[in-house]
Amino acid sequence: MTLLSSRCRCSGTSIPAPFRGLLFLCALVLLLLSEAVEPLGASGSPGGAGDSSGGSHGLQKGCEADVTKSKHPTNRTKKPFPVLSFDYEHVKTPFEISLWVLLASLMKLGFHLIPRLSSIVPESCLLIVVGLLVGGLIKVVGETPPVLDSQVFFLFLLPPIILDAGYFLPIRPFSENLGTILMFAVVGTLWNSFFMGGLLYGVCQIKGTDLNTVNLLACLLFGSIISAVDPVAVLAVFEEIHINELLHILVFGESLLNDAVTVVLYHLFEEYAGVGSVSILDVFLGVVCFLVVALGGVLVGAFYGILAAFTSRFTSHTRVIEPLFVFVYSYMAYLSAEVFHLSGIMALIACGAVMRPYVEANISHKSHTTIKYFLKMWSSVSETLIFIFLGVSTVAGNHSWNWTFVTVTIILCLVSRVLGVVGLTYVINKFRIVKLTTKDQFIVAYGGLRGAIAFSLGYLLDKSHFPMRDMFLTAIITVIFFTVFVQGMTIRPLVDLLAVKKKQETKRSINEEIHTQFLDHLLTGIEDICGHYGHHHWKDKLNRFNKKYVKKCLIAGERSKEPQLIAFYHKMEMKQAIELVESGGGVKLPSAVPSTVSMQNIQPKKPPSDRAIPQISKGREEEIRKILRNNLQKTRQRLRSYNRHTLVADPYEDGWNDLLFKRQKLMEIEKKVMCVSVSLTHVPNWWLHSSDPQAYSSKPTSDDLPTIKVDLASPQSPDSVNLVNEFQKAATQNDPDDDGGLVMKVPFADKDQGEQDNKKEQQRLMRCLSDPGPGGDEEEDEPFLP
Amino acid sequence: MGTSLSAPDQDDDFEDLAARTGFSLEQIGNLHKRFKHLTNNQSTLRRENFDSVTDLMWNPIRSEIIEAFFDTRNFQPGGTGSVREITFEEFLIVMSHFRPPELNMTSEQRESLRTKKLRFLFNMYDKDNDGKITLQEYRHVVEELLSRSGTIGKDTAKDIADAAMLEVASITVVHMEPDEFYEGITFEHFVKILKDIEIESKMYVRFLNMDTTTLCK
Repeated sequence: MTLLSSRCRCSGTSIPAPFRGLLFLCALVLLLLSEAVEPLGASGSPGGAGDSSGGSHGLQKGCEADVTKSKHPTNRTKKPFPVLSFDYEHVKTPFEISLWVLLASLMKLGFHLIPRLSSIVPESCLLIVVGLLVGGLIKVVGETPPVLDSQVFFLFLLPPIILDAGYFLPIRPFSENLGTILMFAVVGTLWNSFFMGGLLYGVCQIKGTDLNTVNLLACLLFGSIISAVDPVAVLAVFEEIHINELLHILVFGESLLNDAVTVVLYHLFEEYAGVGSVSILDVFLGVVCFLVVALGGVLVGAFYGILAAFTSRFTSHTRVIEPLFVFVYSYMAYLSAEVFHLSGIMALIACGAVMRPYVEANISHKSHTTIKYFLKMWSSVSETLIFIFLGVSTVAGNHSWNWTFVTVTIILCLVSRVLGVVGLTYVINKFRIVKLTTKDQFIVAYGGLRGAIAFSLGYLLDKSHFPMRDMFLTAIITVIFFTVFVQGMTIRPLVDLLAVKKKQETKRSINEEIHTQFLDHLLTGIEDICGHYGHHHWKDKLNRFNKKYVKKCLIAGERSKEPQLIAFYHKMEMKQAIELVESGGGVKLPSAVPSTVSMQNIQPKKPPSDRAIPQISKGREEEIRKILRNNLQKTRQRLRSYNRHTLVADPYEDGWNDLLFKRQKLMEIEKKVMCVSVSLTHVPNWWLHSSDPQAYSSKPTSDDLPTIKVDLASPQSPDSVNLVNEFQKAATQNDPDDDGGLVMKVPFADKDQGEQDNKKEQQRLMRCLSDPGPGGDEEEDEPFLP
Repeated sequence: MGTSLSAPDQDDDFEDLAARTGFSLEQIGNLHKRFKHLTNNQSTLRRENFDSVTDLMWNPIRSEIIEAFFDTRNFQPGGTGSVREITFEEFLIVMSHFRPPELNMTSEQRESLRTKKLRFLFNMYDKDNDGKITLQEYRHVVEELLSRSGTIGKDTAKDIADAAMLEVASITVVHMEPDEFYEGITFEHFVKILKDIEIESKMYVRFLNMDTTTLCK
């Protein structure tokens, strides 16, 4: 090992060196450990694989001693107490798993350290190559590399990826294009399976290829395995090319929903391939089975989703375990669906999509972040492991290469995909308003990647029923390699070449939100006037039902009545406040649109002469104060719940929420004041220019904010606006209750100055950039149906 | 289909309308049936006739939608003000704002369709027809959108409208002196802030070719 590290050190300062070194280190540790296992298992024969360091010999001698000692418990002669012993066996499995996960993550790190590599080659290709290398290394040493076990794949590696996809599924484009997606998923997959299976059978019958043993049902089974578009591969490749939302949701939705078809076809053909014939009754039962599998999966998922939403209603006192409920309920949904051989993927998607709007309304902001990051982390690790294991399994498996079979398979895959997409689009475009262009069709066809699900399904085949299983596996792996490498690598330049519309990177603004809602209501109204029960009508009905009954059950407290626009607005405010804190406060915020427009440019000036001065009644004032106090208390309640579980309450978050509500209250005061103002309607310029915006740091430690000190005879209202002093004042202040400065003129000037500061602050907040999440997540802002 | 009651000259009218509004003959036939149903076989449509559409009662912007039908800006180029009743032709012209884009449109045609739809939306906001959406009008719209949520909406509606207005001003008129006043959102600004939403693909209603109006109220 010391030789290795010295070699690394003298290989110069190029970045790949430590990455290579890490790879070798990990691989070697793996090998060493797997060898060290042998002597222990074989109870005492001195180590046969004494390579590299001499240290291992010593260790082996030590474990020999231990083994012999444990074999003679009765004959307890006094031996020296073992200061250091080596017992690998009992941690073997978790240790190896952790090592694999570590290897996968280090590889991922390494790729991004190498400049330009990740922009040319998609990550999935690199990971498969790494898998090949590791598998090759293991084989060279003489061990058998592990093959991707289907159980492990379906139970542990696949669910995180699907849950991540389902939880963050953009509901709106998905539901708008549901018809198209279902057509591609169901009809497209059926077409692919039968076309490929049938033609393969025809090819197999040709004399001279010695494939005669492959009967029709086996071919159809193979066709059904290989024809399904794989969500893991699609996600891995499409995430990097950022195409527009419509195409992304079409291909991705198809890959998710074709699971039901694949499950049914697979089981159908597998059952009857041994028997040799399929009757009409079986076909009919197959169709019924498909409906049961698909709808059953969705129902199971929805049931668990509602349970999770209901549970999250009561978690306001135990915020720490909120993410756990999301994960466990979803996993239970998946497993429950698998018990009945229903479509686990559809269950998981349904669970995530159903629970999300209600859970997000109930859980705290921190739990929301936790869920987001955990899901992304797990799905990322899973994906990496899957691709690496694909590479390793390629090296490990027994292969039976048959040129004809493999090449015909690849060609047929492409041809059937293209034909299927073109034919289906022709039919679909008759019903779609926004039609799919040729460019769209090309991307949909080209994006049909195959992946690990096909491999795992092939691996599950019983060798006794399917003697040509090895040939199938070889062909499957070749197709996977072809689609991932060739199609995966070339899709990015093709997208650029064809100038396909890319994803809009802009953040959803409050204006767009208002107008989108307005448009929704408008279109619903027009549909009602036309007397036509269309898409908008049903969506509106669903929304009303949701608001009236479902939200009341599943969302805790006040938020069940909160309309979507307000929720969106609060979310935006909160986000900007947090960004302000995270950016350190002292640094001037990088603004998307540098603008000097502020609030007073918008408020209309009221000429004093032609307005009677209305007095605000005491009753109204009291009402306003009560509402504000309630809001303030509620927020305090939600944030304080971490104290019991040793999670320190974030002082920034507490302080900032207070600040936000103080700001809101101040704006209320400002409005009142505008009505009451007498002679200072036109605030003189020197008031406005005298404060330097740069000095507005929100550092809680500094207490010398250059506010305009107004020498007043009258007492300054305690809630006059020293932004920074709010933090210190928050402790001493109990009630936002002293609006003492209302009717006085001079404090009004001070308040107005404060208003001015506030507005600048608010305006600066408006210019904040988006949250730097993992890889630009847009979906989290996607609002559910109002 | 729907033309069983028509005299030969009504067919010609329909052809003429089809040419002017871009609807197909079957769609015009269906809409004519609906018009007759709403007006109880009168020849003109009044505001009261919309009361028979019960689903419209749930709509928070019901009054704006109804007004849009009687707003002459929407069916007469250069028209101002609103009328008390409209004919079938004007009804059809208002409806034609909701036609989807066709597959083989050129980009100029798409642009003009987009502008037409955005103009319709703008007219709905700008009630006094002064060419800009003032803060008051915007506030009114937001309040209407939130009108179903009781007292929770009223306090925040103003904030939301103010924040939105500020955003529009920041994006369109980037630099303003502190004592300048932003009058309101003009049509150009409106187009600019909505350029990310593909209005022409989103603002459409599926007009049926087949006669299903007997199924609905």
